[in-house]
Amino acid sequence: MKHWLPHPLLTPTLALIWVLLTNSFAPGSVLLGLLLGWLIPLFTRRFWPDPVRVRQPLTLLRLLLVIGADILVANLIVAWRILRGARHIQPAFIAVPLDLRSELGISLLANTVSLTPGTVSAWLSPDRRVLIVQALHVTDPDALIATIKQRYETPIRRVFESC
Amino acid sequence: MLDITLSVLIILGALFTLIGSLGLVRMPDFYTRLHGPTKATTIGVGSLLIASMLYFSTQTNSWSLHEVLVTLFLFITAPVSAHLLSKAALHLRVRSVVEPPPLMTATADDSEFTTAAPPLNPSPAPQPTAHHSP
Amino acid sequence: MLMLNTALAVAFGCVTAAIGLTVWRLLIGPDQPDRILALDTLYINAIALLVLLGIQFNSALYFEAAILIAMMGFVGTVALCKYILRGDIIE
Repeated sequence: MKHWLPHPLLTPTLALIWVLLTNSFAPGSVLLGLLLGWLIPLFTRRFWPDPVRVRQPLTLLRLLLVIGADILVANLIVAWRILRGARHIQPAFIAVPLDLRSELGISLLANTVSLTPGTVSAWLSPDRRVLIVQALHVTDPDALIATIKQRYETPIRRVFESC
Repeated sequence: MLDITLSVLIILGALFTLIGSLGLVRMPDFYTRLHGPTKATTIGVGSLLIASMLYFSTQTNSWSLHEVLVTLFLFITAPVSAHLLSKAALHLRVRSVVEPPPLMTATADDSEFTTAAPPLNPSPAPQPTAHHSP
Repeated sequence: MLMLNTALAVAFGCVTAAIGLTVWRLLIGPDQPDRILALDTLYINAIALLVLLGIQFNSALYFEAAILIAMMGFVGTVALCKYILRGDIIE
């Protein structure tokens, strides 16, 4: 099982991407997609050392919904800040200490932070303990750190890391 | 009804795209400029792609879902390129309106890239003194 | 249909203005990262323009160009950033 299907989640994902790319749901297209989804993980096994495992699907779903809503709100806020002009912003660099240890978890958190309210992940310390975040407008750095940790980091850790 | 939805989506998408580029011009330093393109432009193009999806799905009476791919691709790659850009800017010590954080080691970025792909035939260690001797 | 055509005309104006602003930043951008960011934004704007053209001319072909630009643009941005990050070290 582990030998012939190294990444059980990657296979359906690749098949879905293939079906979307060809834009047809014909059986032949689905079959070819599944074949590609089976062969590509086999041949690229060296690039994917450990398989992704999702522990709490419900938490993942809720996290995705929260992120989706936050992306919409973030865009309205950033658009408003841009229209108001540079005089009303107060940018800052903030160091967020990380509890996440896995590469996948850290990259997911960094991407989430970049897509949500007025923050862009700017730099990761070499020991992977601190994520430097650039915020467009911040008045209370500690509150922002607490929000990031509680809103995004805890669910990501619950879903993708054993703790 | 469909026309109204499509028009609203298209106008919203185009406006967000414009605001993102406006942020690129108006903001005072590089790190604040980064916010406009990564957020506003991405969702603007996403909204345009949803409009295109609706349009082609109703036009041809068959699902046209491949726009989802571009939307997803943009939403995954926009934060990655923003992160790399700010890393490059911190590396070059680009002027900023606020004090950038002290980086622990300047060479940390380089070691990360060189260890990612080890060479197949490791060449013998270069002799630094050989180049400098006349 | 008239409403959609008006919306498309307005959208073309907005996206073209966005491209103009981006090119302005590309020309004046004081540092290298500014120019790379302008290029990055330019290709996203090009995707927006292509999607609008696809709706205007009712052709799915523009979409293929859009997906290609999305991929190539991302790879280009990453390559330029990596060049800045490691270009000044002696290998």
